[in-house]
Amino acid sequence: MSVLVDRRTRVLTQGITGATGQLHTRLCREYGTQMIAGVTPGRGGTDFEGIPIFDTVARAVRETEADASVIYVPPVGAADAIMEAVDAGLPVVVCITDGVPVLDMVRVKRFLEGRPTRLIGPNCPGIITPGECKIGIMPGYIHKPGRVAVVSRSGTLTYETVHQLTLLGIGQSTCIGIGGDPIIGTGFVDALRLFNEDPATDAIVLIGEIGGTAEEEAASFIKVHVQKPVVAFIAGQTAPKGKRMGHAGAIIAGGRGTAAEKIDAFRAAGVRIAPSPAELGATMQAVLREVRLLS
Amino acid sequence: MNIHEHQAKELLRRYQVAVPDGQACFTVDEAVAAAKRLEFPCVVKAQIHAGGRGKAGGVKVVRDAGEAGEAARALLGKTLVTHQTGPQGRVVRRLLVERACRIARELYLGLVVDRTTGRVTVMASTEGGVEIEEVAARTPEKILRETIDPAIGLAPYQARRIAFGLGLGKEQVGKAVGFMAGLARCFVESDCSLVEINPLVVTQDGGLLALDAKIGFDDNGLFRHPELRELRDPSEEDPREQEAAKHELSYIALDGNIGCMVNGAGLAMATMDIVKAAGGMPANFLDVGGGASAEKVAAAFRILLSDAAVQAIFINIFGGILRCDVLAEGVVQAAREVRLSIPLIVRMEGTNVDDGKAILARSGLDIITASDMLDGARKAVAAAGRRS
Repeated sequence: MSVLVDRRTRVLTQGITGATGQLHTRLCREYGTQMIAGVTPGRGGTDFEGIPIFDTVARAVRETEADASVIYVPPVGAADAIMEAVDAGLPVVVCITDGVPVLDMVRVKRFLEGRPTRLIGPNCPGIITPGECKIGIMPGYIHKPGRVAVVSRSGTLTYETVHQLTLLGIGQSTCIGIGGDPIIGTGFVDALRLFNEDPATDAIVLIGEIGGTAEEEAASFIKVHVQKPVVAFIAGQTAPKGKRMGHAGAIIAGGRGTAAEKIDAFRAAGVRIAPSPAELGATMQAVLREVRLLS
Repeated sequence: MNIHEHQAKELLRRYQVAVPDGQACFTVDEAVAAAKRLEFPCVVKAQIHAGGRGKAGGVKVVRDAGEAGEAARALLGKTLVTHQTGPQGRVVRRLLVERACRIARELYLGLVVDRTTGRVTVMASTEGGVEIEEVAARTPEKILRETIDPAIGLAPYQARRIAFGLGLGKEQVGKAVGFMAGLARCFVESDCSLVEINPLVVTQDGGLLALDAKIGFDDNGLFRHPELRELRDPSEEDPREQEAAKHELSYIALDGNIGCMVNGAGLAMATMDIVKAAGGMPANFLDVGGGASAEKVAAAFRILLSDAAVQAIFINIFGGILRCDVLAEGVVQAAREVRLSIPLIVRMEGTNVDDGKAILARSGLDIITASDMLDGARKAVAAAGRRS
């Protein structure tokens, strides 16, 4: 068991003929993911290293029974690519693309209403169930199958965390990078709900950052619903106000969205805060020992 | 991207949003001529990308040509310090000269993308001239909100609800509905991230006017609007941030003395945090991105070194797609090219890390290597401390 994706997941790549799409389709296949189709309009009937390419997502789904899509389409067409995948009824859609206009995502969110697709991203590393299925751009080898889930707004900071966990012998159930944009498909609360209900997950690492109120909402949800131990870190404790820190969503606006507010909210919800990003793994190790999930 | 008030008003005028007659001026002569044309009394307003100009003396009412010239002379070239500029202030390089109006009421109207609902939201309050954050903190019940369905746009009934909620008379409600419809269309069609009218005034003769206007654009949407990109004012932006943007690096200047170079925004913020935790102060935020080439690393070095306060450089890289050996080659090449003379601390982890470390060791450069983030931060703080 795991969350959203496993060894049976059949993945199609939208934007498979671009350099990024090619590279990561290859790397995901090498990891063991079933990469079974690609979509590039106008390139239908050809193939990428044996993977058949179709003109439309609908056709690809009909012919290959794909049940997840990963999108590397450039920003100008990314929202349209998401909607095409949603319209084709895919249960899981992962959008890696960085730089999607916010108002395009406003329209995408409206389009998603009442439809069964779970969108992850955009501007995210993707999702991985270690040893089974990797959809996205994270380095596969740092992961190890196990029982700690990771959810994060950041890419490389997630790799850092996963690496620390793996070095300590703590494996991961599923890791979800939800993305650094202000409007995203799957938020912290959605991911926490999935992990809380997942019998293969014992504990959760949550990595947040400045900007917005997603962490505060996560803290409220944890307080009421989450039975499993949660360890959190908030990046940007030293960030100045009013400046966008790389991620489009990482900005302290009008004095709101500071790391201090988020840390307070998590503490009040009983979440253990890692004192520094170098101690995320060790903090989780200590927590697991306290609840006797680790000797 | 932010623009000046006069540019925001010119954009709004195209959406039939009522703004005072006015003209942007770059010299004293231009300002005097504009004032004469507009008739007195006029208002001369300093144009900088920061709020709080009125309280800082950046807005002057003038009654004749002499006063107009005096105000323009006083403001042009002046460094204006407001609560939003920081202590260093901003130099005034342009003015907006506007016809003055008789104010009956001051209101607030703003549009933002609300992250929780994922939609554009209109906010309004009767507390014109006060910052909305302040109203939200003190009297949140005074803020009226309407969420815009992207498939419908701002519906007239929503605008009416706000107009009546603000206590506007029935003769103004129609005007207010048109005003808000224009703002909403401008927001969506121009990929805005913020449109703020503060204050929106009701004039003594019953009209509605955007007395001030602030517009910000979503940087991700600018590729659709080449004409809006032209509105960028480079003198309002940090030169190092502009140089970084040219190389597709994300850089923010800070006050410390430890230059940071990191891949990924989250890790870059976390690196700043750990430098602080180790007792130092980061000089910057710098994300070189996932696909940093040797050229990009060299450009990043140059930007870090152009900050005279930097006493040590801390490179913290988690190589996923970006391989550590490629990064190490870039670092060595760039360090030689820029003749690096301050301590360089490198912490690398991830793909091909052993090859990367070997390349650094072989280079003969004086590079301090670190075993993890905290070790790197401590070494950087110590190295910077020895120099200052």
